[in-house]
Order: sequence, then structure tokens, then C-alpha cells
Amino acid sequence: MTVASVEMRRSPVPKETTLRARRRREAGLAYLILLPALAVFGTFTFYPFFRNFKLMLYETPPVPGLPAHYVGLHQIIPTVTSTQFTQSLVTTIVFVALVVPISLILGLALAVAAHRKLKGIAIYRMIFSSTVVSSVAVASVVFGTLLNPVVGLLPWLGINPTPPALENTTWALPAVAVITIWQFLGLSFIIMSAGLQSVPDELLEAARIDGAGAWTRFWRMTVPLLSPTIFFAVIVSTIYAFQSFGAVDILIGNQSAVRLHTNVLIYNIVNTLQVENNPGAAAIMATVLFLITLSLTVLQMRFLERRVHYA
Amino acid sequence: MPEASAARRSRRWRTAGSYAALTIGAIIVLVPIYFTIVNSLLQPDQLAHQPPRLIPPAAQWHDYRTAWDSGQLSRYMTTSAIMTVSIVAGQLVTSVLAAYAFAFLRFPFKRTLFLVCLGTLMIPFEVTFITNLDTVSSLGWFNTYEGLAVPFLATGFGIFLLRQAFLQIPKDLQEAATLDGYGHWRFMARVAVPLARPSLAALGVFSFLAAWNQYLWPLLATGGTTPLNTVQIGLKQLVGTSPDQIPVALAGAVIAFVPLVILLLIFQKQLVRSLTAGAVK
Repeated sequence: MTVASVEMRRSPVPKETTLRARRRREAGLAYLILLPALAVFGTFTFYPFFRNFKLMLYETPPVPGLPAHYVGLHQIIPTVTSTQFTQSLVTTIVFVALVVPISLILGLALAVAAHRKLKGIAIYRMIFSSTVVSSVAVASVVFGTLLNPVVGLLPWLGINPTPPALENTTWALPAVAVITIWQFLGLSFIIMSAGLQSVPDELLEAARIDGAGAWTRFWRMTVPLLSPTIFFAVIVSTIYAFQSFGAVDILIGNQSAVRLHTNVLIYNIVNTLQVENNPGAAAIMATVLFLITLSLTVLQMRFLERRVHYA
Repeated sequence: MPEASAARRSRRWRTAGSYAALTIGAIIVLVPIYFTIVNSLLQPDQLAHQPPRLIPPAAQWHDYRTAWDSGQLSRYMTTSAIMTVSIVAGQLVTSVLAAYAFAFLRFPFKRTLFLVCLGTLMIPFEVTFITNLDTVSSLGWFNTYEGLAVPFLATGFGIFLLRQAFLQIPKDLQEAATLDGYGHWRFMARVAVPLARPSLAALGVFSFLAAWNQYLWPLLATGGTTPLNTVQIGLKQLVGTSPDQIPVALAGAVIAFVPLVILLLIFQKQLVRSLTAGAVK
């Protein structure tokens, strides 16, 4: 009876149909379980991404209350070439040029120092990784106090610029960069340490026995062998640094005299959207940020295929 | 023999040098955190003391109470916790489901859809927030938990990470499960997910960190001055210009930082795994 019922279920339909039905059921299940993720991506990633291109074509008059009107491509060139935007872009590039090299060099130095198997090394590794969990808000509060002209460490160290660092047109951007460097240090250390672990110790040991000094070994062996890791770290932290916003928002703010000197890209976009109430111009700037991110990602993929590696 | 002792001595010197370098590094990294903790325990009038105090003369915990109560940090911590847990849970579920489809099922447009998921990695949230603000408002989600969490309920990174983990599962195992009469749901729950636990943990820790520390979106999606602020935005409110506010803001920073330090202490390995995914190999 059991055998017969199993047979019953299988045989009446021709084999080809069952296979096709099964395929169809499998595809149906696939689309069903893909749906939640695709719905989120569609609504909150792709739709707004493509809508940026539409927003670009509309200009909002500076007078509040008037509706946006269609201007086609005419808004793009003036926005991209406006002093406000080019200054913001230059500020961001200077910021990135401060943050990325310094945080990566410090991270690499810590990773090399922590690479030896010593007693208690796990504690040092934990300390060096720790800033990765710091949020931009925590880092800003911490450094905002350290940089404070009255209660901070600066007066004690005898460094006391007037006006104070965060209100000083020369020092505000470097100060924000220092905060970001500290915050990036943990990530940089973690990435560099992981890379170092893939460098064979025997190779470095052999070089040491052959009489290569620590300096030579570092530059001639560690750095070249680590180049794929370093490249990855450069790309990732450059992308992150271009997205910086919180430290400027918390420590500088809209009323500050140095605002134009720390007007990084995202800060400028938020300001264009919310203060100037101009979504069209904001969309154009956001698209520039996208193009920067895209070219960095493409660069990374090209290099990963070829592997930056000489050994 | 003297040669051997010379070698031993030079190695001892090298070890001492390493410890010196490590300790200098540790001091540089920890100084900001250390002074934050010390200053948060001082009276406002002790802050300007020169040279800065290394040890608080008498620990004053009342700034923590001020930050927690009148600084409303208790409420902000709750908001952050609810938002973070929703995002982590949502990302784990949507990533498991989507990754399962890409790893184990055959269907038309599989490659295209996978590339679509990876494509999201190239579009940072900073590019899409302009329209997302409109979307969230028109859904009536401005200043709500939905508005804070729903845009982040799926992640291309998570799908990629879990697909890799699922693809490691031996084909034999899948065939054996099929022979045992396992359907896809049962195979997912009993075999695939348990075997992918390390990757799930890595993804979970990574999304927790990212969600808890978010700044731009919680600021925009709540307007920044409402009871539904996350703890990060709450910190911005605590940063006052008056010196007697400083210990309170610092206490707030410590409170906001502690959950993540605990996370790091417990899940360091998983965190490192997720942060370096794609870096090596």
C-alpha cells in the first residue's frame, strides 16, 4: 500500500513535466526569498540613486514657497563650477590627503610593532584595534575637550593658537583630520595586521640571517609583500574619508566663522539640501561623490585582478 | 659560547625595544580615552587645573547621573538599542535568505540579480539620502523607528559574505539531506545556517557596529532635536560651550562607548574577520 502510494505520486505525470514543475517551483522559491532584500535595495538604494538624475534637471528658486521648475542640464555646470562647490571639493581633498596617509602609516607602524610573538601582545593588539569601535560622535566629544583652549591638553603642552584650534581658519581642518585619523587608526591597524599575517615569517627570517637590517627588511620585503593590503586600505579609507561629516557637524557647526574652511563634501550637500533648500544642486553634488566612489572601487577591482605584488 | 650569549643579549635588547615601541603606541592610542574618563570624574572647576590631573582627586559620579537623566541619555540609549537590534536582526534574515537563493537554487537571471546586490556596495548612503528623506516622510516614517531602521534592513555585503559561506558547504551534504527528505527550508535551518555560524557572527558584529555608530541618517531622519534621537545625536546635544557642561558630555561619550567596548572584548575575532573580508586573499 505504501509502495503503491509512493508510486502513485510519482508516475502519473510524465517525467519531463515533473522536472519542469520542480524547476519552476525552485525559481519561485528563489524569487520569494530574494524579495525582502531586493525590495529594500529597490526602495532605498536604486530608486533614490536614479532619482538623483531626475532631481538634477530641476531648479528650486531661492525664494521659499516657489515650486521647482525644469531647467534640463543647465543647472549642472553652474553648480559644479560654483566657488562654494569647488572650495568644498578642495577642502575634502586636503582632508583626505591628511587623513589617509597618516592613519595608514601609523596603523602599519603599530601592526609591525605588534607582529612579534611577545608575552602580553594580545592586550596591545586589543588596544590598537580599540578605536575602530569609536563612533564619530564619541571621537568628536573626546577630542573637542582635548582641543579645548581652557581645559584641554594643549595649554599644558604650550600649544595654544589664537583663536583656539577649532575656531582657527588654519587649524580647524587639521584638527578635524586628527580626530578622524585617531578614529581610523583601529581599522588601519586591523587591516595591516591581517596582511602581515599572510607574509611568510621564514622569508623575513632568512633575510635577517643574510644580514639585511630591520630598515631594509621593512622597505624591501614587508612593504612590497604587503602592497595588496596597503592598496586595499588606501581605497577603503579614501572612500570613508570622502564621506566624513559628523566631526564637522558636531565640532564646527553652521554658525562658526571657520565653516567655509571645513565645509567637506557631505556637509555641503546637507547644507544645500536643508538650509538652502535646493535638492537639485544637492543631487548634482551627491552624484559627484558617487563618481568618486565608483572610480575608486573600479581602480581597486582592476588592481586586485592584477595583484600588486612583486615577490 | 660568548657568541651565543651576545646573541641572547641582542635578542633581549630587541625585545625591550619592541615593548618600548608597543607601549608608546598604546599610550598614543589611549591618551584621549584616558583623559575622557578622568575628566568625566572631575568637578567642573577642576578641569582647567594645570598640569592636567592624571588621577581624579575624588571621583564624582554625578555627571554620569546628569548625562543619564537630564541629558536624556537613558532614552537615547533605548532608541539606539531598538534601532540597532532591528537592523542587525533584519540584515541577518534578509542576507541568509538571499544568500541561500544565490548559493543553492537555480533560477533565471541569477547572475544579474547577484550583480545587482553587489552593485549596492558601490552606492553609499551619502549618495541616496536626499530622496530617502522624501521617501521616509511620504511613508509617514519621519521621526519613527521605521524611518531609522527600514532603509538598512538589507545589505549587499552580508549577502556576499553568507553566499561565500554557503558555497563552502560540501555538495555531498546537500545530496544526503535531499535523500533524507529535507526540503529547502529544513536544509536552510538545520544545515546551512548552523554551518555558516562564523560568517553570521562576523556579519552580526559588523552590522551592530555600523548601526550603533551611525550619525548622518539618524540626524536627518529625526530632525536632530526630538526624543527619538539615537545616542550619537544625543551626544551632539550634550556638547555645550559652557565648561561645566564638559564633564557631562564626556560622561555621555563614555556611556555611548561602553557597549561597543564590550562588543570588541567579546567578538574581537569576528569583528576582525568582517573588517578584513576582501582585504586578504
